[in-house]
Amino acid sequence: MSASNREPILEVSDLCVSYGKVEALHHVSLKVRPGEIVTVIGPNGAGKTTLLSAIMGVLPLSRGEIRYQGETCRHIDIERMVARGMTLVPEKRELFGEMSVEDNLLLGAFMRRRLGFRDERQTLAQVYEIFPRLKERERQMAGTLSGGERQMLAVGRALMAQPKILMLDEPSLGLAPLIVREIFRVIGDLRQTGVAILLIEQNARAALQISDYGYVLETGEVALEGASAQLEDDPKVIESYLGLGGGQH
Amino acid sequence: MDLQIALLLGQDGVVNGAIYALLALALVLVFAVTRVIFIPQGEFVAYGALTLVSLQAGHAPGTLWLMLVLGAAVAAIDGPAAWRQGRRRLAGLLGRQLLYPFVIAALVLGAAPRDWPVLLQVALALVIVVPLGPQLYRLIYQPVAEASVLVLLIVSVALHLALVGLGLLFFGAEGSRTPAFSEASFEVGGLTVSGQSLWVIGASALLIVALYVFFEKSLYGKALRATAINRAGARLMGISTTLAGKLTFLLAAAIGALSGILIAPITTIYYDTGFLVGLKGFVGAIVGGLASYPVAAAGALLVGLLESFSSFWASAFKEVIVFTLIIPVLVWRSLTTRYVEEEE
Repeated sequence: MSASNREPILEVSDLCVSYGKVEALHHVSLKVRPGEIVTVIGPNGAGKTTLLSAIMGVLPLSRGEIRYQGETCRHIDIERMVARGMTLVPEKRELFGEMSVEDNLLLGAFMRRRLGFRDERQTLAQVYEIFPRLKERERQMAGTLSGGERQMLAVGRALMAQPKILMLDEPSLGLAPLIVREIFRVIGDLRQTGVAILLIEQNARAALQISDYGYVLETGEVALEGASAQLEDDPKVIESYLGLGGGQH
Repeated sequence: MDLQIALLLGQDGVVNGAIYALLALALVLVFAVTRVIFIPQGEFVAYGALTLVSLQAGHAPGTLWLMLVLGAAVAAIDGPAAWRQGRRRLAGLLGRQLLYPFVIAALVLGAAPRDWPVLLQVALALVIVVPLGPQLYRLIYQPVAEASVLVLLIVSVALHLALVGLGLLFFGAEGSRTPAFSEASFEVGGLTVSGQSLWVIGASALLIVALYVFFEKSLYGKALRATAINRAGARLMGISTTLAGKLTFLLAAAIGALSGILIAPITTIYYDTGFLVGLKGFVGAIVGGLASYPVAAAGALLVGLLESFSSFWASAFKEVIVFTLIIPVLVWRSLTTRYVEEEE
């Protein structure tokens, strides 16, 4: 794959994160290259969300290093990471329920506006093209949307920032299979825009199908990694995550 | 009581109520965005009015020195971080916190604002008092921004006491009034309406409309609403809690100072008058559950009317009656709302 020759946009090495005295992540390393979809799969409580929080600067690292765009990030804080093109779609979506769909989307471009860009209307049109459903609902309050629409809005809002790397935390969580397929189709299509994607999923089957490379996270450690196509055939992965409709929760 | 008196009291009530409504809106805003119960809101009322009084008397107001000192403190604290983040950041910080107070001080001391027209004096008083809002947020609240509502409330009480003390130091114990913006009065159906009343009501209405437009239409207004609705979500959009806090305190300080300037020709303002005025706005805000802007404004208007009529019937109990209003409201609210755990 041509992407593998490029410099990684995000490189996490030997990362440890603790909650108080409890270490939630042990020596985790991973790489994401531009235009690549990398997935981290694993059971509940394996530390997947913790990993994203640490990268985004929500949680302090107790050890290890995060390099983003070739630069080591010290004193990471969320705003600076957002300004540098990193966007997170959190597990809980965190929408602005009492605001309209359109206002939610426009706020996604808040940092770009602060940085002096004035192209949010074009980006908005593109997001509406990707999710025509959001266009239909543009005047509706975000809090009144269905689960699938809420996820579309969360992804759309993140795209408004025109991210260089998009991190998605369990986008399939709590959604009907048809909507999951729709969301994953969109994530797969985003590859063409050149954005790097770090996808955290419990739905291992869907995640491995659209991704280039995968990591299996178990109890805070990388248990297995490899090209997604290889992981799909790995007996251990099949047994734990793919067998008997695994991941179709 | 005849109709004449009722109308007169009504007019008084609406004028005061308009001011309470402004303060109630500021309190709701500050609480929604930062979770701070902003007890010092009233001090901005007194500071605004008394700064104008000082300027008109030809003195340099104490608030000017406060702004200079706080500016230097903010520059010293944020300087190293701004230095690391580049020249533009540093220049912005020094411009806002050192150069700006210096220019204003030069203007006050050198340009004899005593002889300026009233509206320019008002503008000068505002540019002195309003920056105190974000400066105080930076120095007092930002370090404890993630603390519980109770801790923030205690900090507010402390700041209130400190500001009242400084007010006494700056302006002395004597009360003052400013001349009315307008000496005009109008005869409407047997009722005399003073020009100043119209100024207060007009300016309040205009400010409320301006706030509405700001929150509905502008990006920064939407960003503040987003922070109030979902802090975590707002941060992920790059809307920092600090930025939202400073902007909110800027608005609260502006509303407070302007309120003070508007009522200064009607009421004698002492260094500690603000507290009582602010508390009445607070009663209005409580009626709205510290969450609803229109209900808070309506509640504040009700407070104004209640105060005005009770001063006629039971003048000695005027404040008691107004603050008793809070009891049925609290009982009603506690019966109708489910208890919700404090977020985060």
